[in-house]
Amino acid sequence: MSASAIAFYCIAAFILITGILTVTTKKLFRAAIWLLFSLIGIAALFFWMEVEFAAAVQVIVYVGGIVVLIIFSIFLTNQEGVNMPSALTKRSLFAGLAVVAAAAYTCTLLCNHYWMKGSEEVFDPSVNNIGYLLVANTPESFVLPFELVSVLLLAAMIGCIVIAMKAEPENK
Amino acid sequence: MSEIPVEHFLILSTALFFIGAYGFLTRRNMIAMLMSLELMLNSVNINFIVFNKYLFPDTIEGLGFTIFIIAIAAAEAAVAIAIIINLYRNTKNIDAENADHLKH
Repeated sequence: MSASAIAFYCIAAFILITGILTVTTKKLFRAAIWLLFSLIGIAALFFWMEVEFAAAVQVIVYVGGIVVLIIFSIFLTNQEGVNMPSALTKRSLFAGLAVVAAAAYTCTLLCNHYWMKGSEEVFDPSVNNIGYLLVANTPESFVLPFELVSVLLLAAMIGCIVIAMKAEPENK
Repeated sequence: MSEIPVEHFLILSTALFFIGAYGFLTRRNMIAMLMSLELMLNSVNINFIVFNKYLFPDTIEGLGFTIFIIAIAAAEAAVAIAIIINLYRNTKNIDAENADHLKH
């Protein structure tokens, strides 16, 4: 087993262990920190696959944006030292059973499926190619989804401000 | 690079997806449910990039989908947190079990 394979299995184990800790730890703030490590592990996996742009976007948007937002909202809505209410035993038992069964079924499907060999061409995720993919003037490019996402982000921003804004007092 | 079979990547993303599903089913705090949702979205991202890199290396469209998913996940997290903060301001409680005002 080569060094790169060992690195892959270490990254995979790191992602899974921190993911399990994210969904099982009792304190909400610790769950956010474990989520942070899990997302960093996924960014490391993207680096390992030599998809540097996706790894950089993962670090900037998830680690730098969403996790910070989640931590802010934890501090705004929670006393950070307090344990979360534990899950109902019956519910966690049935959820665990269902999840393990579904994961085992999916894994057997995956292992029995014949995956065709990829073509021999080189995968080239350079920023140049991503730019052509997103906004080039060709029928195959994703110009319309790109513009729709920009409108969606604007709408989400305005919506967040309106939803989270404090209501004005009535007598003013 | 090719010594690792593609199934191992897919088993990793399957396991991560179902870890997120378990958290989503068992957590009662809305922010913890949102964190589980982020794990599930990330496992889908891994799947897109693995299929793209190992099965269809002549295009980069899976990478494009990953970028769109990340953008939409950011918008979704922001809106969800705005709703949670507004709910907390009104009820001082962000348990999913207690958010049943529309029922009464």
